[in-house]
Amino acid sequence: MRMIHWFKFSAPSTFYPLAGKLIPWFWALFAGFALAGLWISFFVAPTDFQQGEGYRIIFIHVGASWMSMFIYLVMAFWAGMGLAFNTRLSGMMAQALAPTGALFAFISLWTGALWGKPMWGTWWVWDARLTSELILLFLYIGFIALTRAIDDSRRSDKAGAILALVGVVNIPIIYFSVKWWNTLHQGASVSLTRAPAMASIMLWGMLFSAFAMWMYAVAVALMRVRTIILERERHTDWVRELLLDRS
Amino acid sequence: MFRIVSHTIARDLRLALRRPADLASVLFFFIIVASLFPLGVGPEVDLLRQLAPGVLWVGALLATQLSLPRLFADDYRDGTLEQLALSPNPLGLMVLGKVIAHWLVSGLPLALLAPVLGLQFDLPTDALWVLAGSILLGTPALSGIGAIGAGLTLGLRGGGVLLSLLVLPLYIPVLIFGAGAVDASVSGLGPGAHLSLLAALTVGGLAFAPWAAAAALKIALE
Repeated sequence: MRMIHWFKFSAPSTFYPLAGKLIPWFWALFAGFALAGLWISFFVAPTDFQQGEGYRIIFIHVGASWMSMFIYLVMAFWAGMGLAFNTRLSGMMAQALAPTGALFAFISLWTGALWGKPMWGTWWVWDARLTSELILLFLYIGFIALTRAIDDSRRSDKAGAILALVGVVNIPIIYFSVKWWNTLHQGASVSLTRAPAMASIMLWGMLFSAFAMWMYAVAVALMRVRTIILERERHTDWVRELLLDRS
Repeated sequence: MFRIVSHTIARDLRLALRRPADLASVLFFFIIVASLFPLGVGPEVDLLRQLAPGVLWVGALLATQLSLPRLFADDYRDGTLEQLALSPNPLGLMVLGKVIAHWLVSGLPLALLAPVLGLQFDLPTDALWVLAGSILLGTPALSGIGAIGAGLTLGLRGGGVLLSLLVLPLYIPVLIFGAGAVDASVSGLGPGAHLSLLAALTVGGLAFAPWAAAAALKIALE
């Protein structure tokens, strides 16, 4: 039996065409999940008798929150791979994922504020989950700022990797400290945890839109990593041939 | 192993004490920031007493963070850092020595100064002790985490602002438990739990942060 070449696609020159082939598939999956999610969330899911129509914002909000946390983990995974195996592509993947993760953290905070105003009567409460989502956004911004400040791409990848790993170790500490801080201050009179058992059709709507966001994140990260590859490998022969073919 | 750390501490302390103005400017920054708050929110004693733990802790945190760029920058500029990295001794231990030296010239004086500023905010005597103790316990973690940020931003343009962007979100747990200890003492709950958690953060920070900072320095020196 032939050995599988696990590292075959870790070279930018082989990954570039592979990513190009994968991207349309992820966009197609995104479109399918997004249509299903939107259809359920607008036409199938019933109006909530307590929260009215406004609750429909959770179909975006929950998925965006999940993705913001998940993408940070994926980013830290690639960062660790890059440090352990010294593969160039890993650092590029981490850098390609960061803006999408920051975007989802921002969407999650923004939609949360839009939801909070009619439901709680306030745009913002210092609830543990809101606060840690805000800190997660800060961590993303720190990562992006650090990697963009370093011109040398190798150093940029490695420095970003260390920061991502330090961040991922800190996230649970930050989460629990914020949680305890919140219960000690007991300022917020509203709680996110009172969420009632959810109708299963709403759960499906939420899952579909979360999958749509996942597929979107993969597609966009692959597109971004392709531009990063081209930018960094512009001096190599294969990029020159690629560009000659295209023109 | 102990000798490497103590030698680094002694060396860094001697260098720092030859430039006392740098030390003093950090302390005066702390004093000025703490004095700005009463001017901003008004002189009501009850309000100030409520604000004091948070304000003094944020002040101490920013003062520590301000002195971080100097942690490695001078050694980097004159090539000492490269020699340290080339030496057979583990770089993490030397970073630990530097972190302790940094704490001795920033965290320790801040802890001694904080009770005096606490008097301006009319904190009760018990709370003053807890304030000094919590800053004493918490600032080593700040120096340790800060060393990672200082290593990552070494020699970069706009390093100072970037450093605060990286480090301040990671400081949040220390701030919460530090200010929480003083708060708990003022409200009569007893600061024990907060101080224990703060000590845990410091022990964990000093155990792991120097090695992460050493890895960051090796990248910067490549």
